[in-house]
Amino acid sequence: MPDQILNVDNLSKSFAGVRALQGVNLTMERGEIRCLVGENGCGKSTLIKVIAGVVQPDEGTVTLNGRQYRQIRPIDAIREGIQVIYQDFSLFPNLTVAENIAFNYNLARKKQLVNWRDINRIAREAIAKIGVDLDLGAYVEDLPVADKQIIAICRAISQSARLVIMDEPTTALTEKEVRALFNVIKTLQREGIAILFVSHKLNEVLEISEKITIMRNGRNVTDGNTAGFDRASLVKHMTGREINETNAAIVPQAGNGSVPLLQAENLSCRGRFADVSFSLAAGEIIGITGLLGSGRTELALSLFGIRPADAGTISIEGRPAEIRSVQDAVRHGIGYVPEDRLIEGLFLERSIGSNIVAGTLRRLTRRGLINRTAVGAQIRQWTENLHINTPSPELPVKSLSGGNQQRVVLAKWLAINPKILIMNGPTVGVDVGSKAEIHQIIRDLARQGIGVIIISDDLPELLQNCCRILVMRKGRVLEELPTEGLSEADLTHRLSATTPAPASGTPAHSGQRKQVRPS
Amino acid sequence: MKKILRSSEFFVALVVMVLCIIIGLINPVFFSWENLFDLLRSGVVTGILALGCLIVIVSGGTDVSFATIAIFAVYLASKILIAWQFDGTVLVAFLLSAAIGTVLGLFNGALIAWFRLPTMIVTLGTSSIFRGAMLVFIGTFIINKLPQGILAFGQATLAQVSNANGAVIGLPVSVVIFFGAAVLVWLMMKYTMLGRGIYALGGDRVAAERAGLNVIGIQLFIYGLVGFLAGISGVVHASLVRNVNPFDLIGTEMNVIAAVVLGGARITGGRGTVFGTILGVMLVVIMNNSLILLGIPSYWQRAAIGVLILLGTGITAWQSKRESAANLLES
Repeated sequence: MPDQILNVDNLSKSFAGVRALQGVNLTMERGEIRCLVGENGCGKSTLIKVIAGVVQPDEGTVTLNGRQYRQIRPIDAIREGIQVIYQDFSLFPNLTVAENIAFNYNLARKKQLVNWRDINRIAREAIAKIGVDLDLGAYVEDLPVADKQIIAICRAISQSARLVIMDEPTTALTEKEVRALFNVIKTLQREGIAILFVSHKLNEVLEISEKITIMRNGRNVTDGNTAGFDRASLVKHMTGREINETNAAIVPQAGNGSVPLLQAENLSCRGRFADVSFSLAAGEIIGITGLLGSGRTELALSLFGIRPADAGTISIEGRPAEIRSVQDAVRHGIGYVPEDRLIEGLFLERSIGSNIVAGTLRRLTRRGLINRTAVGAQIRQWTENLHINTPSPELPVKSLSGGNQQRVVLAKWLAINPKILIMNGPTVGVDVGSKAEIHQIIRDLARQGIGVIIISDDLPELLQNCCRILVMRKGRVLEELPTEGLSEADLTHRLSATTPAPASGTPAHSGQRKQVRPS
Repeated sequence: MKKILRSSEFFVALVVMVLCIIIGLINPVFFSWENLFDLLRSGVVTGILALGCLIVIVSGGTDVSFATIAIFAVYLASKILIAWQFDGTVLVAFLLSAAIGTVLGLFNGALIAWFRLPTMIVTLGTSSIFRGAMLVFIGTFIINKLPQGILAFGQATLAQVSNANGAVIGLPVSVVIFFGAAVLVWLMMKYTMLGRGIYALGGDRVAAERAGLNVIGIQLFIYGLVGFLAGISGVVHASLVRNVNPFDLIGTEMNVIAAVVLGGARITGGRGTVFGTILGVMLVVIMNNSLILLGIPSYWQRAAIGVLILLGTGITAWQSKRESAANLLES
């Protein structure tokens, strides 16, 4: 067998005229750990899909273990030992752990019949290989994210993988789980398996990889040993410009005035969060963090009236406020930028302009009819204020990049003149450049006296922008930490130090899932 | 053990047993051979259709056209056999009807697999097309003189009992077809990669494609098989009622889907078992046939089935919600 497992040569691919990949090259050898980094939309995922045979390239070739392919089918890639672990793991939630691990193995061997004893044996062997412990009979949908990750890895190695590609594997993991994953990766490396690790968490990239490939605008711009890079040079190659991440850190403005803008006392919502108290002053930015399922999103949804709390009180500017619905929240001047802007925050197919005025249409009417001039003025005002980069506000929102989309969501809520703005993951899926600008906008808003609550996983983001951070776990606020003098390592530690295991499943959505049934 | 108690098959079995005991206590006729044969006889067609419907639901789809396909297939098959003046074995009728059903099912499958259209919309549309085509091109009259083979099959019995009035009640041979089909579907779903692929497809379509499953092939197979089973059930239906009425069966698809869902199949796909489906069919058939033994007017039967569906699916949803809430706060 040749030592070179993968050689991507001069690969190009366009989607509907947009060039996703332009002359990309990449090689991987046995036992190599390489990180692939780049901003959103730089072509990372397209490249992975081409290697996995899910997307066919327009030009260029892929050579797997010495065999050159013009077109690869998924099954070819699998036979060549290429295993992709997608961000969503591509597991079957309704099947057991054992069947999930053995499914692809059986499929690749063109089995027609299923031998359940074989399935359990294959699964046991794979699990033993990476030295973890899992209940083979459990249904995958009942397991926490970290376990799903392990199952996906077991599935990959059960098929004698030679190259495992991991797409953003650490997004939903705690610090401890990331450690465990890195150990597994090292184990795989010792077996001669190559790992292509796709991530945007630069610290992790620098820690785990030996080589780094950086992509920008569909090209690979740099390639080299990890030792030759640091955070700053990575960011520079990714964005193509100098962004000084640290200059973002300002001294967070403490709130002024004796009456807090928002005061929550002993807020509880059964099964979602309990006994949450905090206050927010005008002009203050506070952060809420916690693992997935910690109740942070649920808390935000309650404050915004989507799932009102069933106990406790909320006061706004010293007066008790009854927030039973979104309409109540808006009337009290609360705006909410949701976690998933694509689903909850935007009408993707509609124009940028209609999205901006969607929340304030009622104010822009005359005798019940929409006042076009006022609408136009408002749209102009916000596209200019927030520097939304578009040739025309008539274009659909989905034509914008992540950063610009997020600005549209912001504009929609700023148009209601909020006193309080709750932002859930304000820069998730936004590239480094736009991120800095969005942070600037948030700080400007605070300077104008708006109270901002940022809910985020991104600890540097919280540390750079907030003056206090609430750490939530299992539906409760564990600590309230002033950011001054707090380091990222401290915060990480506090976030996961005493965590035995994350609560399984996000309670906000699990109601839609029905009870487990054996099949 | 805990798994058994948590499974929905367990609940359905419990409900069926309790229902049987209550009905039996109020009206002992329920426990007679005569009534049992009667129940089996009326459950056969629903049962065969439910097996097909189960496969579709497990794959994450919904088919509402199989009842139309069943009557279309047997109506056309009967017309052809009559035109041929064929009076031989019923096997030819089964083959012909199943072939017609398969073709119609594959038509559904082609639209669903190749054009990626939503399954319920496709089958709503095609069911209307099939029905219209049958009435326009094949006929609208009831066929009372069925080929001899079909009639003979309908009269063949496995066992007979006579009741107090001296009438003889038989257990029709078609019961064997139902149980035979159930065993085959069970084996396929549990022990073949094709069957596991159907579960996988219902669990996560994208993951199934990435794993290298031939999703288009599987979908064609599923809808073809549903058509095949519908064709078989059409002949069974004709043999039991001794005629073919082009207006029969249509509308029973809701009962069949209800049976499958009550039997624990998850309407969003990925879960469901043959055993559960059989229990679900028993439940629906008992409700439809035996509430009358309790003196409950037949109009109430529909409402009762609706309540059962809401309870059956509602309880499990509520349970899982409570469980996840408990997980969040306690652990």
